[in-house]
Amino acid sequence: MENTSRPFYAALVVLALVLLGWGMQAAHAEGLAFGLFAFLTIGGGLVCIWERSVVRSAFSLLATFSGVAGFYVLLGADFIAVAQILIYVGGILALLLFGVMLTPPDMNERKLTRVLSGLGIVGAGTFWVAMKVGGSANWVVDPNLAEIASRPKQIGVGFLAMNLPDGEPGYVVAFELAAILLTVALVASVYIARRKKSDLEEPALEGGNA
Amino acid sequence: MESGNLFLKLLSDLAPEGAPGWVLALMACGVGVSILIGFVSLLAMAATWAERKVAGHIQCRFGPMYVGGWHGWAQPIADGVKLLMKEDMIPLGADRMLFVLAPAIVLGSIFGALVAMPLAPDVYFANLDLGIFLVLALSSMTTIGVVMAGWASNSKWSLYGAMREAAQVVAYEIPLGISLLVPLIVAGTFNLLEASEAQSGLWGMEWFIFWNPFMIPAAVIFGIAALAETKRAPFDLPEAESELVSGFLTEYSGIRWSFFFMEEYAAMFLMSLIGAVFFFGGFESPITHLAKYIGGEHSILHNLGGHVTLMSKAAFGVFLMMWLRWTLPRVRIDQVMTMGYKYLTPLALVCVLGACLWEALKAAF
Repeated sequence: MENTSRPFYAALVVLALVLLGWGMQAAHAEGLAFGLFAFLTIGGGLVCIWERSVVRSAFSLLATFSGVAGFYVLLGADFIAVAQILIYVGGILALLLFGVMLTPPDMNERKLTRVLSGLGIVGAGTFWVAMKVGGSANWVVDPNLAEIASRPKQIGVGFLAMNLPDGEPGYVVAFELAAILLTVALVASVYIARRKKSDLEEPALEGGNA
Repeated sequence: MESGNLFLKLLSDLAPEGAPGWVLALMACGVGVSILIGFVSLLAMAATWAERKVAGHIQCRFGPMYVGGWHGWAQPIADGVKLLMKEDMIPLGADRMLFVLAPAIVLGSIFGALVAMPLAPDVYFANLDLGIFLVLALSSMTTIGVVMAGWASNSKWSLYGAMREAAQVVAYEIPLGISLLVPLIVAGTFNLLEASEAQSGLWGMEWFIFWNPFMIPAAVIFGIAALAETKRAPFDLPEAESELVSGFLTEYSGIRWSFFFMEEYAAMFLMSLIGAVFFFGGFESPITHLAKYIGGEHSILHNLGGHVTLMSKAAFGVFLMMWLRWTLPRVRIDQVMTMGYKYLTPLALVCVLGACLWEALKAAF
């Protein structure tokens, strides 16, 4: 760890304590869990833009993805939470690392001032939008909310049945379209990566005798 | 005795009078995690001893014989003490933070996956609707830890090992998941307890593997993919001691090194457990059936029978993995990739289609 990042990680620990304490004080165990996941999400993002080594930035996304999955669990959407881990951590992050690991560990890739000013602009913008929306939005809270349809069986029926149990049309067309899109993407990637005829021919050797 | 989670019931008896729910939840977390850590440590100890004995007998020797007296039973304790006393070295060129973090991520994700593990019909940490889905998701997280270890070590052997691990696990996750779909079609649930319950017919011998002819190839594919996922020989390319020194483990020593081995044995056990639940009857066997008949459903005897049955099935799976390790030579990396993508994945898809057709026809007639 370079000396410049000591204060940053100290600030991160303080942030963790603040979030955990705040959550604990607001809603006991659930709040504690919320604070933990909020810290993972925000802290992962902060490390991602702070760290000058690309690989560390990529690894910090592990915390962000896991934190978001935790939020899904708190919202009762277990299936999406597990899918988030399976797809983002197991798939996308592994692929990302595969690419990023092949870059040399150059510590001077990113200028700190640029990172900080970017963080400031984006943060201020997000804060402004959040204040605007939070102040003017009229949140409707229905006390008789339907139970969250997060059980695997309900999701499977929703995706594959023409009609849902309550008579609404199902999502089978959208599901099948997504499947076709993915197949097209797979075939296209194989087509792009495949060996062309010109690749198979022996390249002409320079300098005469082979 | 009524059914339900005995583990939580015991805890709520132990909790102070009138404690709020969140205190109980935190207590359950603490006790559950301690039990898991103890379980995994003991499992790793027993498995290292068993591995040496199995290796010894396959190679016509005895394996450990001296420490502790009977067949060297105390050898893993001596090993553990040695590992704890060893100097904890971090190479100068290593990325210290990631180097320290990697074993924690590897071990943490396998603990997360073990939460879904059922111990007996009424003893479990969490009865999750998403059981198997969660296990697969979290056990794929160990890859990130291994890649992290390989990169942080800043050594070419480690990096090679990490790259191989990433490529191998991404390749074999697909046939692993697809081959599990075959019993999942029959079971109709991700829940490990419900899947086990569904196989209780015929004196506890109505195992999924006998349900249709596509189960047997699916079980074989699952076994091969599980070996590759847990990076056991013949798929131990990320370590490959004769090519890469020790692969991603090269720069690790002492207790950090042993964390990776605890993860490996826990992952082996977990994969065997999944195989046992989704192909070989889970808790169900004639013994469990007899225990249920004598003691009644959800009695202590029934739980004991189920526990012994499942654990012996899983232990046999671990033994099978050891047997294969000391019998088969290591495959090359291109052979690993070819097998995963060109043979196992299409074969698993064919099995799923066949099983779907079979079950549809069985429902129709």
